[in-house]
Amino acid sequence: MYDIIIIGAGPAGMTAAIYARRANKSVLVLEAKSYGGQIINTPDIENYPVAAHISGFDFATRVYEQAQALGAEFKFEKAVDLKEGKVKTVVTQQGSYEARAVIIATGSENRKLGVEDEDKLVGRGVSYCATCDGAFFRKKKVAVVGGGNTALEDALYLADLAEKVYVIHRRDEFRGDESTAAQLRERENVEFVLNSRVTKLIADKKLTAVEVTDNSGAVTELPVNGLFVAVGRIPENQNFASVIKLDSAGYAEAAENCRTAAPGVFVAGDNRVKEVRQLVTATADGAVAATEAIKYLSAADQ
Amino acid sequence: MKVIDVTKENFAAEVLGSDKPVIADFNADWCGPCRMMRPTLDAIAAERDDVKIVSINIDDEDELAEEYDVSSIPCLVVFKGGAEVNRSIGLIPKDKVLALL
Repeated sequence: MYDIIIIGAGPAGMTAAIYARRANKSVLVLEAKSYGGQIINTPDIENYPVAAHISGFDFATRVYEQAQALGAEFKFEKAVDLKEGKVKTVVTQQGSYEARAVIIATGSENRKLGVEDEDKLVGRGVSYCATCDGAFFRKKKVAVVGGGNTALEDALYLADLAEKVYVIHRRDEFRGDESTAAQLRERENVEFVLNSRVTKLIADKKLTAVEVTDNSGAVTELPVNGLFVAVGRIPENQNFASVIKLDSAGYAEAAENCRTAAPGVFVAGDNRVKEVRQLVTATADGAVAATEAIKYLSAADQ
Repeated sequence: MKVIDVTKENFAAEVLGSDKPVIADFNADWCGPCRMMRPTLDAIAAERDDVKIVSINIDDEDELAEEYDVSSIPCLVVFKGGAEVNRSIGLIPKDKVLALL
């Protein structure tokens, strides 16, 4: 049995592991894919204190090495269930592990559009990461779907590379920053397709066009080689919904102290209800959740 | 064996002409998931004599990336007897890489 099991080896989970190990608690970190989480997709982090520039990969690798050097144990297994109690059981696809406290730091995944053949065309024109895949669309036509900051920033990034960028959004105003939207309006190769949604992907092995339907029902076809989907993210809390409370969008309900309604179960990072989801708030959550977990363990020892 | 760097000059000889199955890893230095993928490929290359693993840098070898319709990385393409038989996109664990064979 471990003192603390941390589910998810992103910045929040690995920071929690560092804090827990420094308090001499035994720690198992369970991770479904690889350490680092979403941040590994960021080529250059410029807003984390201390480092003016660091790649997401380097950041994640350093935190991973730091947690390992402190004695945190990592297992690359996907947690599929959590059982409550004084001793908690985390069930993975390979086995099950027990701990007195659990920190859920599973983060989020890309929300899909939900149109036919979307999965089949990933890597053949459909992408969820403009900075990762934009380079393949130099001097080609692309579309970005979404109206938040990610969509607007993706569009701006792609406008420097691609011949043409369509910005498809289901409403007529953007949720993202007006300053970014204003920069996009000045670009000659950016065209807004508002009050519209993508209703069909047209492909011949690779994506060749998208069908767009506007709010009046009018259908148009945009010839694009790339479609960048930026319609938000889905918190990965579904496997733990029987133990923790989720809000209507699926985020885990917990205040700034990261405590959930279940005693000894904490949440940290992007999967928690919060206003700002940034690298620095994820690591902060990791520190808070671990500290609260340590307090919980001490109280239980009394 | 080690992972071999392949360019358009030696692609035909190393990949299409290989008598062993080849896993071609399309990647770039700026791609975090690609860098994350690499230790897994190094490990497989060291363990498996019956498989050849090659690395293709898409910034240097954009013609190969275009020719093989690579538009998202990391992208692993498996070749047998000079023909593509399988591919996968994104960071995947070792067992999934081996399953591509």
